[in-house]
Amino acid sequence: MSDKFKLSKWQLFAWLVGLLLSAPLFFLVVESLKGDSEVFIHLWNTVLWDYIFNTVVLIFGVCFLSCFIALPLGWLTAYCHFPGKRQFEWALMLPLAMPTYIIAYVYTDLLDYAGPVQIALRQWFGWQSPDDYWFFDIRTLPGAIVMLSLVLYPYLFLIFKTALREQSFKLVQASQLMGLSPSRSFYKVSLVLSRGAIVAALALISMETMADFATVSYFAVSTLTTAVYDTWFGYYSLTAAAKISGVMLLLLFLALITERFSRRDQAVFERQTSVNSEALYQLRGKSAWFATLFCSFILAIAFVLPVAVLLSYAVTYFDSIWSNALLSYAWQSLKVATIVSVIAIVLSVFVVFYQRIAKQAHPLIPGRLASTGYALPGTVLAIAVLLPLTLIENALNTMLEPYHLNIGLLLTGSIVTIIIAYVVRFYAIAHGAIESSFVRISPSLDMASQSMGKSQSQTLRLVHLPLLRRGILTAALLVFIECMKELPAALLLRPFNFESLATHVFQYVSDEQLELASLSALLIVVVGLVPLYFINRSMESRS
Amino acid sequence: MKKIFAIILGLITATPAFASDVVNIYSFRQPYLIQPILNDFTEQTGIKTNVVFAKKGLIERVKREGKHSKADLVLTSNFSALIQLEDLKLTQTIKSEHVDANVPASFRDENGQWVALTKRVRNVYSSKERVGPLAELTYEDLADPKFKGQICTRSGKHPYNLGLIASMVAHHGEEKAKVWLEGVKANLARKPQGNDRAQVKAVKEGLCNLALGNSYYLGKMIENKDQRAWAEAVNINFPNQTNRGSHINVSGVVITKYAKNPDNALKLIEYMTDTTAQNTYASVNMEYPVKPGVELSSLVASWGSFKEDNLPLNEVSKYRSVALKLIDEVKFDL
Repeated sequence: MSDKFKLSKWQLFAWLVGLLLSAPLFFLVVESLKGDSEVFIHLWNTVLWDYIFNTVVLIFGVCFLSCFIALPLGWLTAYCHFPGKRQFEWALMLPLAMPTYIIAYVYTDLLDYAGPVQIALRQWFGWQSPDDYWFFDIRTLPGAIVMLSLVLYPYLFLIFKTALREQSFKLVQASQLMGLSPSRSFYKVSLVLSRGAIVAALALISMETMADFATVSYFAVSTLTTAVYDTWFGYYSLTAAAKISGVMLLLLFLALITERFSRRDQAVFERQTSVNSEALYQLRGKSAWFATLFCSFILAIAFVLPVAVLLSYAVTYFDSIWSNALLSYAWQSLKVATIVSVIAIVLSVFVVFYQRIAKQAHPLIPGRLASTGYALPGTVLAIAVLLPLTLIENALNTMLEPYHLNIGLLLTGSIVTIIIAYVVRFYAIAHGAIESSFVRISPSLDMASQSMGKSQSQTLRLVHLPLLRRGILTAALLVFIECMKELPAALLLRPFNFESLATHVFQYVSDEQLELASLSALLIVVVGLVPLYFINRSMESRS
Repeated sequence: MKKIFAIILGLITATPAFASDVVNIYSFRQPYLIQPILNDFTEQTGIKTNVVFAKKGLIERVKREGKHSKADLVLTSNFSALIQLEDLKLTQTIKSEHVDANVPASFRDENGQWVALTKRVRNVYSSKERVGPLAELTYEDLADPKFKGQICTRSGKHPYNLGLIASMVAHHGEEKAKVWLEGVKANLARKPQGNDRAQVKAVKEGLCNLALGNSYYLGKMIENKDQRAWAEAVNINFPNQTNRGSHINVSGVVITKYAKNPDNALKLIEYMTDTTAQNTYASVNMEYPVKPGVELSSLVASWGSFKEDNLPLNEVSKYRSVALKLIDEVKFDL
């Protein structure tokens, strides 16, 4: 009896989270059903298919390239010894702290026809015009794929590495004993065992890619996201924009169904064992240097080079850009990011826990519902969040009118709205990371805990949470950094006199003055690095 | 429940009453462009200014906030946004003899719902080295096959290009405008990308010979030591001087319908149309002031006087959605 009651409590909570976090989306869907379809039909007949094609190619491209970068990196740093390994383990996560729009601006400046690289080539070879030689054009679909991959691969790297760490290393050792070479063991054992984590990470990467606006718009690559913006701010049709968001959601559901499908028969439970460093592969000679070279190359192009460019700007223009106000912007960013991380983690732990203990049908639905906000472009999400919030405010104001009370824009006029929007947007990240950690905890532990008379809450607190520590830290870090970087929603929802680092960067970047934004951009990276460092240390420390 | 109610009550009582000496601004324009003007305004009047800046979505935000919106003013960077605000009935009438005296009627809404603050021209830049100045150039010429593979521009959907294409529809009708747009697309050196400065840069590098761009960018580039070389590689041309004149766009301002501080908002608008603020716009931002007689920056003045296309902005903006449709139909940006 009591068990049943408890279960319904968890269920109630999970569904509440699911419904609340998907409410903005629901309102958007309702919006899309309003009004006429004239604009949408016009788009359908002209450019929509180009947009869909570009979006799909972009997503597949970014997923593929991220795998190509992150899987070898994750495996090397988790299981091998090679020169620089300890540094690479945390350094390869650094690109996460880089906003995509910044990296896109930096590389466009460098590699454009009018950029220093091509100018040097032309001078060197005496070429006169673009007809004299071929050079890849960065402002293309492939260019956007590369930029996004450089910033998004750390998701996969981090989640894959965490998965490898949490896997029983005995299996890898067994494969060693059976004479499998490192690379064979990687394919046959590590990849297969981490499939769930990989797919979860790719789902995150896909959603992040789909929601990206700044980069694709800068590269003049028309995707569904740019179409949403064009339609809404060009045709002034929120209805048609919402319809296009609907197309995006279809793609998102396809991605989520694929993910679920790939996990359907996955039941690999692990007892956490710390990896014994003696047991790792000791790479030597050529392969060791190749590993070092590969890690260095990725780190250089994804992080070192863009930071160096920003640094050189910051040094050159320091006098005209430094002000104490920057510190208060950093504080605003930090505050919002911290609050959102905590909320997202707490909610997702409970929801994932419900998925685990649920005896009802469809335990996965609340989590899926709650994760839908992630694929919405920031500005669309911002308005979607405003739809229900303004309704609530207006209702409250109407209710209080007889008492001559006016709360005005209690919610939407404060940073509460930004926090809500970020939780809606980034819940999926926390959910994905925690889910893939939870999956690896064997149900036998739950049974053992129950047989010792522990309640479900106690099991969660005493058994699961300690085992989830890494997953939770990973999730917190990812959400935190995303909040630091997020721009479009912050721009649109901020109250008066609220300036975060990202909005400050945008002020100048939107006027093509990256150099004046360089210091704030660097601060975003630095503030993101602080938790990265601590979390990494805590993940390294043996429990 | 009691707790929640107590919290709500606490919040209500904690909500500050609006001070009578502020004005709240939603701005499509970067704060650093307008901050000097706002600072002077505060110094002179004691009225504090608060700004929320965003490039997109502010109109939707004002609409959603409804009567509780804190925004008193919206500053826009193009005329479409002004007219959109008016169409959505989010504005109130700007009644001020002071403003009427400062701003010519052609740069004010006939119903007093918006006022333009600065003018900018849609110019064509040409390579000094390969083309030279084109005094007789028209926008129509951009579709001439003789310029095949020579033209650079930013996205057709950007408000500045949208305004120009809408004016072409207004002058020539939809069908002719479409043929023209197809012609321009056929002449592009590359897919529309980047911003107005990037086009000038591309001309310097020899990627194209002609580029569309707003007038003030050239001034800003000359001021920027890293970009001066790009600016010096081009001639600035004012199209259609032989007939209707060059296409003009404006930045402007509205007072929101539910402004809590309408008097302060009006004071700010009056201040922004006055000589001091207009001067700041002209010298800092290299734009053309709307107030007659205000001195141009010496650089802008050196480009010479020119004939403006007199077609009222309200008229041009009627064709905005047609222009958008054409851009999709000819796949201008793809």
